Amino acid sequence: MKNLSRTAVSAAGLIAFLALWEALPRLGLLNTALVPPPSEVPAAFLRELRSGTWLTAVLNSLSHYVTGLAVGAGAGLILGVASGLFRPFETATAWIVRLLRPIPGLAWVPFAIIWFGVEPAAAIFIIAIGVFWIVFFATQGAVRGVDRDLIEVAEAFGFRSAPARLVKIVLPAATPGIMVGVRTALGQAWMAVVAAEIFGVPGVGQRMMQASSLLSTEIVLVYMLTMAGLYGLFDTAFVALQNWLLRWRA
Amino acid sequence: MAGVIDIRALGLAYERDGQTTQVLSGLDLTIERGEFLAIVGESGVGKSTLLRVLIGLAEPSAGTFRIDAEPGKRAPVALVFQDARLLPWRRVIDNVTFGLEWSGVPRLERRRRAKAMLDLVGLGDLGHRWPHQLSGGQRQRVALARALAVEPEVLLMDEPFAALDSFTREGLQDELLRIRERTGRTILFVTHDIDEAVYLADRVIVLAGRPAGIAAELRVELPQPRRRRDPGLADTARQLRTELSQRSAEL
Repeated sequence: MKNLSRTAVSAAGLIAFLALWEALPRLGLLNTALVPPPSEVPAAFLRELRSGTWLTAVLNSLSHYVTGLAVGAGAGLILGVASGLFRPFETATAWIVRLLRPIPGLAWVPFAIIWFGVEPAAAIFIIAIGVFWIVFFATQGAVRGVDRDLIEVAEAFGFRSAPARLVKIVLPAATPGIMVGVRTALGQAWMAVVAAEIFGVPGVGQRMMQASSLLSTEIVLVYMLTMAGLYGLFDTAFVALQNWLLRWRA
Repeated sequence: MAGVIDIRALGLAYERDGQTTQVLSGLDLTIERGEFLAIVGESGVGKSTLLRVLIGLAEPSAGTFRIDAEPGKRAPVALVFQDARLLPWRRVIDNVTFGLEWSGVPRLERRRRAKAMLDLVGLGDLGHRWPHQLSGGQRQRVALARALAVEPEVLLMDEPFAALDSFTREGLQDELLRIRERTGRTILFVTHDIDEAVYLADRVIVLAGRPAGIAAELRVELPQPRRRRDPGLADTARQLRTELSQRSAEL
């Protein structure tokens, strides 16, 4: 009952927000070209869908998203494990990390274009950099936090080599911490997708820039909502995966 | 006279904050095949360190030890920790197979053996559970099954029941005696509880002093199964305490 009334209040809040948003441009209080009313979105969405533009843009962006995520998370995982496991490696890289870490992913755009051109690879590179740092630090911390006692169990039962300890103890024990990092990266990577495409790599971001230069703000809105929807989808799927992987926890 | 474990002039030290503390020195000890030997001593006396040396988690600072194991067949020793230390991401049955995974035992055979060990410790139905779904006593049974599964020459137990409530503890003590009867395993059991040692073991050794040595040694002549209320047990325990206090006064 309590849950139900909460849902009702949340829904009412959203409806009120949309109503206000609809009303302001309609009443002439705001310029419809600057703030398109939400009622224009469904028609704009259908137009984009019918012309095939929507699907192409979304598929392009998804391919950048997934590839960038995989590359960034993979590199972050490998180097995070190495740095969490081996002190000398961590020490050797400590200042490099300190130097590179504060540079925002977007600051790499000039180099991305010089190295890869205005091509998908450039967008993937920008996305991967943001993801890399999040997953790197999450993994490093999780690996370092693995209970020494459990590593001793592995040694007591004959797993003496570093690879054996990694597979049998370190990775499973660090999984919860790594998953938290990957989930944060999932959201971060969407931001990077738009930013990376705005400079011209085909995808949702590029389509938004085109639409905005034609003052088709309702189309910009279509893609903003598309991204919100896709993010929700990915996050929900990831949480389901996370719950399944971590079903051993109390 | 070679036992299954022969310890000669063994010294143990640990380092903390750059300072070396000698905990045990000149320990001579032979453990006979099939024997249940209990080692008693207050905390910090080096009992646990001794087990850690025997299983290869620590190095002795002096002396030697030899474990007589059939080459290639059995694991020489397996350890039951005080806190069960199950791997929380593995189901109970997969915790029991853990020690078999490096030895090239095929998967099905590992499962079969693990199931048999779970039956032996009375948890045959709980193989699919996660460790967090078990009670403290059940967790310790799983830890026991995990150690037994590798069929060690000597089962090392490091205060395995110390963290349990007294009902559970007594139940597990009897369970251990029953399992020993069934399997004939040699057991080296460390505890700080003289009564527990006397109830369980064929022979009790008391470690005391700084650095520690054998302060008292006693064979418990009463046959198994023993009754907890047996006056003979109380006598033996009293005898050990007297000897211990005399030796402590001398040291």
